[in-house]
Amino acid sequence: MTTTASTTHDHPDFLAHHWDTPKQQFEAGKLGMWLFLATEVLLFGGLFVGYAVWRGNHPELFKFGSQYLDTTMGAINTVVLILSSLTMAWAVTCAQRGNRKGLIIGLLLTLAGAGGFLGIKYFEYSHKFNEGWFPGAYFYDKPSDRSHTWDDNLPVPGAGQLVVPVPDTEARSIEELGLPADILVELSTVVPPGQGPSGLEELALTDTVHTDDHAEHEMHALQREDRPANAHMFFNIYFMMTGLHGLHVLGGVGVMIWLLIGAVKGRFNEKYFTPVDLGGLYWHIVDLIWIFLFPLFYLI
Amino acid sequence: MTTIDTTKPTPGAETPPVDNYLTHSTGIMSWLGTLDHKRIGVMYLVSILTAFFLGGMFAMLLRLELMFPGEQILSQDQYNMAFTLHGVIMVFLVIIPSVPASLGNFVLPIMLGAKDVAFPRLNLFSYYLWVTGAVLAVSSIFFGGVDTGWTLYVPYSTSGTQMNGILLVTFAVFVLGFSSIFTGINFIVTIHRLRPPGMTWFRMPLFLWAIYATGILQVMATPVIGITVALLAVERLFGIGIFDPALGGDPVLFQHFFWFYSHPAVYIMILPGMGIISELISVHSHKHIFGYKFIAFSSVAIAIFSFIVWGHHMFLSGQSPLMNVVFSAITFSVAIPSAVKVFNWLATLYKGSISFNTPMLYALSFLVLFTISGLTGLHLGTLATDIHLHDTYFVVAHFHYTMMGGALIAMIGGIHHWWPKITGRMYSEFLGRIACGLIFIGFNLTFFTQFMLGSKGMPRRYHDYAGDNWNPTVTELFGKYHFWSSIGSFVMAAGFFLIAFYLLHSLFRGKKAPANPWGGRSLEWQCASPPPHDNFSEPPHVGDPYDFTVLEWDEQEQGYHWRHDLKHEPGEA
Repeated sequence: MTTTASTTHDHPDFLAHHWDTPKQQFEAGKLGMWLFLATEVLLFGGLFVGYAVWRGNHPELFKFGSQYLDTTMGAINTVVLILSSLTMAWAVTCAQRGNRKGLIIGLLLTLAGAGGFLGIKYFEYSHKFNEGWFPGAYFYDKPSDRSHTWDDNLPVPGAGQLVVPVPDTEARSIEELGLPADILVELSTVVPPGQGPSGLEELALTDTVHTDDHAEHEMHALQREDRPANAHMFFNIYFMMTGLHGLHVLGGVGVMIWLLIGAVKGRFNEKYFTPVDLGGLYWHIVDLIWIFLFPLFYLI
Repeated sequence: MTTIDTTKPTPGAETPPVDNYLTHSTGIMSWLGTLDHKRIGVMYLVSILTAFFLGGMFAMLLRLELMFPGEQILSQDQYNMAFTLHGVIMVFLVIIPSVPASLGNFVLPIMLGAKDVAFPRLNLFSYYLWVTGAVLAVSSIFFGGVDTGWTLYVPYSTSGTQMNGILLVTFAVFVLGFSSIFTGINFIVTIHRLRPPGMTWFRMPLFLWAIYATGILQVMATPVIGITVALLAVERLFGIGIFDPALGGDPVLFQHFFWFYSHPAVYIMILPGMGIISELISVHSHKHIFGYKFIAFSSVAIAIFSFIVWGHHMFLSGQSPLMNVVFSAITFSVAIPSAVKVFNWLATLYKGSISFNTPMLYALSFLVLFTISGLTGLHLGTLATDIHLHDTYFVVAHFHYTMMGGALIAMIGGIHHWWPKITGRMYSEFLGRIACGLIFIGFNLTFFTQFMLGSKGMPRRYHDYAGDNWNPTVTELFGKYHFWSSIGSFVMAAGFFLIAFYLLHSLFRGKKAPANPWGGRSLEWQCASPPPHDNFSEPPHVGDPYDFTVLEWDEQEQGYHWRHDLKHEPGEA
């Protein structure tokens, strides 16, 4: 150990006292970041496994639900995110070369990419919310049909209402589902078609009270009686996965702003660029996860 | 014991450095905002032991309730909440962070001859995450409580009435998970990047190998419980329908996710304990550890196996018979690395010069208890017997032998081993041995009776074992076992209170500890007790951590130091 020697001279400000050399500190930071990214992959890994299980059990839901995602918007977002990864990589290179101006521009462009992504995601989400394509118990045909909000009359999910699984007696053929004939399809057997779980209550209400209202509305596809049972389940996993990814993009925006402040203050130079490097790694994993999410939801 | 005048400087001893990590700076903020791994380790230790006390109190309530048939002190709902909180506190707040976060934090960088862990700020942050998680988990009892058991199985957790309690516990588990992840990342990077020159991987003390394997598990397994409880919370809040069968979800998926984490978590709990035992047995036998590489690699093997056996918790969940057979087979193979460790420890003891110090007594207790836990695990891993024993007290007894008889006994042994280093004080050896005996006897009385209860068919998590439908002879039998189990738990509690008494007493009246009271060879015994702020005033001498031939006993110093007839290099104690 050369600790005693290095503390007296050649110990720059950014070097924490327990490290001997900047290289050692940089490598440790990088290893730590890679480990953190591994935990991120595993965090999403749980959801990807969930996706695989669900898709295996209910292929018709994914076939049906994915029609309601806007592929164009998804594709634009993919391009935006990949470009922002490029600008981030550029920012990292600039930081390593001590090019402060390039670093600031790179970070700003990346921020713009992140903002653009979130903006498009906002339009996508709000469209779905307006249509009532909520996940789970709040999946409705149209929110405007609702005579009340969820926290007064509606059953609070999990508040003791147990819907007994009912076999789907009106089993539909594979052709009707629009799936290739050679695929083995196990139809959802949990809840009769057309009735989300809380929809059980809701439909009972609408049948007696709002029947006329119902007829006045143009029938949306998701309202059709022939939609697969539990159509809401597609939106469950869609919102969970893209939502968690969106939160990570938000986190990335925070990181980028912090880096930007540091860059403007001139904290980074060719000797010390660890935070920029690590922030870049984080941004790339966020990008990479989206690159898996896009085809899984929008394309296949 | 305490009659020795502590103010008189021990003649011949090296003048202890005036400045140590405890006196380096003062004031409450110098602790709460500290980046010193030693202080963070001490804060963890105090916090975890506080949580242990709380969890123990819940256990006492349960044992009081079950002491006699019929309702004693808890209603059925209160009983459910009490065992749930006992489990949540003991698993997530105590045993998972116990050894790595407290003793590991204190000892690991010193064992490496480093000044600190790789990321001191992350270390402090993970401590405060732990505190947040602890507050959330414990506060759940004021918001309706949780009655699902610590496993939070769906649909209990999605359809029960304890809405807020469940949410608080899921948030707590999420936050505690990140605390655990950050600790793991910190230790892995520290071991990779801060080993001193000369300390190759196979010259590390085995405790570090165990912490390293644990770190891998923490990093690789914990995110899965994070996403699981996050989904559970969203399920609870918005009825998203991932797990809840009423919403089309899959409750068995929850069990898969849960055990994908919680089985590796068993090894997050036990591996550091095994690391401590490797140290204790070698040091207190004054004999080189037997089969160093086998013990080191068996830690890694256990870590790897632990990821592919989770299905053995779900033999009766309706998963496919083929999966049951596969999981059962892999479960048996975990016995191999575990047995490798036990036999190597026994071989280390063989012809060793064993000192029956308090830490060593805990190590020997561990050997007995862990072997029982491992062997009874085989009954549960066997498909046919598991059908009979599933969800009975046999399971309860089995995992208490592992978690408490294994992980916690090892931790208490570790606390006694490093107490002189941490506090600079010696505790009463006499009381220490008595307390260890009380705990050993009390523990076996508490839990061995539960093996018998379980094999006779007493289901776990039952509030009562009498009633209209109970056969009187069965009730009488269960009553007898439960009664003695409760008596055992009181004996154990007495042991723990005795420990608390003499350890606190030693802080004020204890004899000053020498730098190396037990004759340890790893680096932490080369710095003063308690260590100075930067751990080492001079770079320590790295060598074989189990080569005790270079040390000799110094009667005046009441400790070990480097043999005078050997070349004495600077920094060697």
